[in-house]
Amino acid sequence: MRFLLLFSRQGKLRLQKWYTPLTEREKKKIIRDMTTMVLARQPRSCNFLHWKDLKIIYKRYASLYFCLGVESQENELLALEVIHRYVELLDKYFGNVCELDIIFNFEKAYFILDEFLMGGEVQETSKQTINRCIENSDMLQETMEEYMSKPAF
Amino acid sequence: MSDVVEKTLTALPSLLSLDSQPGSAKLSSSSKLGALIRGITELTSKHEEEKLVQHELASLKDQVSSPNISMRQMKEAMVRAIYCEMLGYEASFSYIHAIKLAQQGSILDKRVGYLAVCLFLNENHELLLLLVNTVLKDLQSTNLIEVCMALTVVSQMFPKDMIPAILPLVEEKLNHSKEIIRRKAVLALYKFYLIAPNQVQHIHNKFRKALCDKDPGVMFASLHIYLQMIKDNPEGYKDLTASFVTILKQVVSGKLPMDFNYHSVPAPWLQIQLLRILSILGKNDQMSSEIMYDVLDESLKRAEINHNITYAILYECVKCIYTIYPNSDLLEKAAKCIGNFVISSKINLKYLGLKALTFVIQQDPKLALQHQMTIIECLDHPDIIIKRETLELLFRITNAQNVTVIVEKMLEFLHQSKDDHSTIDLVGKVAEIAEKYAPENKWFIETMNTVFSLGGDMIQPDIPNSFLKLLSEGFDSEEENQKLRLFAVDSYISLLEGEIKKLPQRFLQVISWVLGEYSHLRTDLDSARVITLLAKLLDMKQMSGETKTWVLMAMTKLCSGESSISIAQSVCDDYSSSMDTVLRQRAHELQLLSQDSALRGQLLTLHSGSEPLEVDSSLSFLDAFVSEALAAGAAPYKPPHQRQEELAQEKALSLEPYELSLPINMSSSSLTGRQSPTLMSVSSGLSGDSTELSLKGNTTILKLEGVKRVWGKEGYLSRKDPLEEVIQVENPSSPSQPTGTGGTPSDTPTPSATPEPEHGKQQLASSLFIGLGSQTSVFLMGKSDPTAQRIRRKVKTPNSSMAVTERGSVSSTSSAVDNLLCNNIPESANMVQEVTYETPPPYKTELDARLNEDLIDSTPSPVQSNGVETTSDKTESEITDKPRDECSSISLPAKLSGLPHSEVTSLCSNQTVELSACHVEKHDYVLLVIFISNSSDSDMENIHLQVISEQLEVSLLCESPLQDIAKHSMAVCQYLLNVRRPVVHFEVVGMLSYQTSSENQEVEFSYKLPLTSFVRPLEVSTEQYGTMWLAFSNDTKQNLALVTDGQDPLTDTLDLLKKKLGLHVVEIIGVEGIVACRLVQDQPCLLHCRVHGRTLAVWLRSPIPELPDCLLYHCQRVLEET
Repeated sequence: MRFLLLFSRQGKLRLQKWYTPLTEREKKKIIRDMTTMVLARQPRSCNFLHWKDLKIIYKRYASLYFCLGVESQENELLALEVIHRYVELLDKYFGNVCELDIIFNFEKAYFILDEFLMGGEVQETSKQTINRCIENSDMLQETMEEYMSKPAF
Repeated sequence: MSDVVEKTLTALPSLLSLDSQPGSAKLSSSSKLGALIRGITELTSKHEEEKLVQHELASLKDQVSSPNISMRQMKEAMVRAIYCEMLGYEASFSYIHAIKLAQQGSILDKRVGYLAVCLFLNENHELLLLLVNTVLKDLQSTNLIEVCMALTVVSQMFPKDMIPAILPLVEEKLNHSKEIIRRKAVLALYKFYLIAPNQVQHIHNKFRKALCDKDPGVMFASLHIYLQMIKDNPEGYKDLTASFVTILKQVVSGKLPMDFNYHSVPAPWLQIQLLRILSILGKNDQMSSEIMYDVLDESLKRAEINHNITYAILYECVKCIYTIYPNSDLLEKAAKCIGNFVISSKINLKYLGLKALTFVIQQDPKLALQHQMTIIECLDHPDIIIKRETLELLFRITNAQNVTVIVEKMLEFLHQSKDDHSTIDLVGKVAEIAEKYAPENKWFIETMNTVFSLGGDMIQPDIPNSFLKLLSEGFDSEEENQKLRLFAVDSYISLLEGEIKKLPQRFLQVISWVLGEYSHLRTDLDSARVITLLAKLLDMKQMSGETKTWVLMAMTKLCSGESSISIAQSVCDDYSSSMDTVLRQRAHELQLLSQDSALRGQLLTLHSGSEPLEVDSSLSFLDAFVSEALAAGAAPYKPPHQRQEELAQEKALSLEPYELSLPINMSSSSLTGRQSPTLMSVSSGLSGDSTELSLKGNTTILKLEGVKRVWGKEGYLSRKDPLEEVIQVENPSSPSQPTGTGGTPSDTPTPSATPEPEHGKQQLASSLFIGLGSQTSVFLMGKSDPTAQRIRRKVKTPNSSMAVTERGSVSSTSSAVDNLLCNNIPESANMVQEVTYETPPPYKTELDARLNEDLIDSTPSPVQSNGVETTSDKTESEITDKPRDECSSISLPAKLSGLPHSEVTSLCSNQTVELSACHVEKHDYVLLVIFISNSSDSDMENIHLQVISEQLEVSLLCESPLQDIAKHSMAVCQYLLNVRRPVVHFEVVGMLSYQTSSENQEVEFSYKLPLTSFVRPLEVSTEQYGTMWLAFSNDTKQNLALVTDGQDPLTDTLDLLKKKLGLHVVEIIGVEGIVACRLVQDQPCLLHCRVHGRTLAVWLRSPIPELPDCLLYHCQRVLEET
């Protein structure tokens, strides 16, 4: 996998993850291209696109587009399921996730993603395990916070 | 998935205004981030947003740089900074603070710090160096979460040079008691393998341990590495085939814990990874493939749930079945499966079905016939992506009969498409098939005109290149050539008379070249008219300088007759003072030659077309000039890298960070030695420089700014040069690929009429799929890469200069039989053989027990440790398999049998022919000996053998044509191999085409040789070594294991290297040793070894950029075996 982008129907970026080193300019270009290409797709088209030598797999969940860039020999359906599993993971963690959850807690969304994918490869697919990992660290956070008796930001 | 996410942005305002709502607590809307986000959503214009964010950034900057900020506040600020960056505003002031946060914060702050670092910086950012120590510290932490974070960061982005610093710690984590740590460590190592394979070379057997890990998750992670390693070297892992099959069997039958299920499908990601591995292992390997048949069948059967993930698995299964050695039962099932995909109403499945069909169509053209109506429908699909994929499919089934229809469809698509990348790609494909199958001249030229106009200036440069080459070299029949050229001239004249503003530059270049070369063929065409047309081009504003030079050169060729000369003169006046030096040069040439018609006639003879021109890439003809200049006191030439190094040396600050924490400690003496480059430049003198130059020339690194236009890789510039006429020498680095015309014979007649109502579609179908069924006309693209294919000429075209030297000859030494190879295993064969055996750790779960059992069972011979399948290994198994008599029939020619050589390896075989090969190590080159043995009952005729390699120069040793091979006899061909570009393993690919009982047949094969076959000792004195050391700039450093069982580890180690790799030990002084070697044709590599504790710090230098890395790889392997 090369990158994962989340953006809204309005083309606002909500999350970005890059698995290969790119310059800021390249990233900006990809983000711009992805939002225009994906948003311009007609409904009931297939979920795959070509972009340069990459395959773009995208899927819309309510108001959010998930867009994954993979090497062209990758299995598109599998990539689609990667997106789906990530959505399920977010859903499990946030409980009926919505775009707002991701906007306000984007760092959590990143942490979940890091447990699921590592270095561009699927690392762990079990919902339970990933959730446990994240919750463990969150627990730690809560106890620390109690200890420091300060309000959460 | 709509059940998961229902809320949309429309709900946003109400949610934001009601903080007390349940669920909004999570939104932490009281926080500053919340405020920022809300502020932004309330804004209406981009301008306001910008103002707000800039304001926010300013206050963030103040906040983070204040000295008494707590880490906690820092974390909060960092989150906001990330948010601003995500909106597209730069917050670079916070980068350093992100690193600080990762360094100093408590665990939770650290996590945000690491996240910010990952998002802000990329692998090449210099600030990353500051993170290395933090990562080191966290890797050693006792806190699991810290270790996890560090491993995640390491796999996300880590500077390549710093890998050695943390590698031991990551390796250590492979033995960690927690599986999550082991898993992450394996993935981190996978990442290292991708960016720097040599660095993790020594831990290959630890990967094997990870593969046998008791936790399936760790095993899964290790498969990523295995897939990559097997891709790089499939031969090295054949012994694992049975183990992978066993794992897959267990996964498929649901033996894994429920945790691994995904929508009640057992571990799909794991399954797919395994299928990919198996398909590589089974490719062209009947034995390995046979082990897989059962489990593939099982996988097909099990995948019955109607879910995307099952289809993903099925698709991978189908691909695997079509890649490995064919099994008719499985093929049938796979074909059915593809059929279901293609006719599916789900558009994603249809897409994948088309993709699968494209993939298998090379082997099974009948499938395209079965689905022709679906394909036609897809061609008119509203979704452009589906259309594009269908064209890809059609491209694969193009033949001489359907080419016009397919090209028409492609051009139709091109007219609609707006996407640059796909335009370039498709234009290339049109050019390729048009060139290959063009039914007539007119069509061909017109199609190419469209290609050039549509492709514009983004077109791949080799399209105009090979088009011009085709025109100039032509076909067998000279008459046909002239017709084609004439047609091109006519067509271009009328184009130039029309609307010229829209023609792209590249097209104009082609036009001017063709007119310059061939307009004289049209006798009724006045050259003055052509020149006038060309001069009109020069007046266009958007003309690039490059195109102008093309035009000027065309004029030079044409200017004869008074009126043309006067036009030429006025053009010269305009350009002879141009700022562009190349243009000016051409203008002067034009001026001179237009005035002196005698000289012009001498230089530009009309028919001097295609004799190849020798090019002296070492520029040795300049040697005299250079030595004269040197004698007159000029400064010697220094290559750019050396100049840069000197510049770097002048800076007093050492730029190599954390040197002490690095396991490698470079010897200080060599460091200081490096600072006196002047010494080198003088002493290495002229000869040293010129070898270096020529080597650079080979690797196309030499930069000649300014002259680039003439000598650069855009070879055609020099080609149309009237003074050079170097038509043949374009593209020396890309030899013509073997043709992939593996025509699959099939018995089906041309498509039988299908009872489909639409007549139009019917017609289209019959024109598209014509020729697919009938045996004679099937011409399917081979699997070789399409860009390389483009170099190929039309079928009727005579071979390009390169191919001529390579094919069509034989050394008739087939009768020489005296040394039976299989009884006489030579030294060199043993030399490269590797064996390591790893005792597996104890296992607990069922899976591991089985896997482990299997590992042992399947490998009665010692387990191949890592990587390199060498020829000797291969033969070992083959010899045991083969009947004895077959083996003994292959032997080396008498004069070669005394030399060190590898064992004879079987390359490929079919009913009629068996190919085998071995390589012989000569002093100055390596000889590849190919044995062609005809095992059929009829004679083989019209034999062509073509052997090429990307990294090697291959030339045929004997120039006599390859004769026919009588039944049950054998022929031997010998090829000289020289290194073009060093790699760890060289691959030579070839194709043999022949006729038996008037049937044309072709077989393809490939042969691998290790770099070590090319390594020879380089005998130099210590002084010479010193000079050379300074002159070379490509270096690699690495710690290697010492041989510690003897008295003197250094001497023992160096002796071992000397013995196994053929290096020359120059001198051993105390704890340091210097060693030298060369690749066969004088490509030296120097090694500086220094004992450092229990390791050997080796520093390699060479003028060839790739050589140190590759040699190091072999050193490592040799030392690990002991």
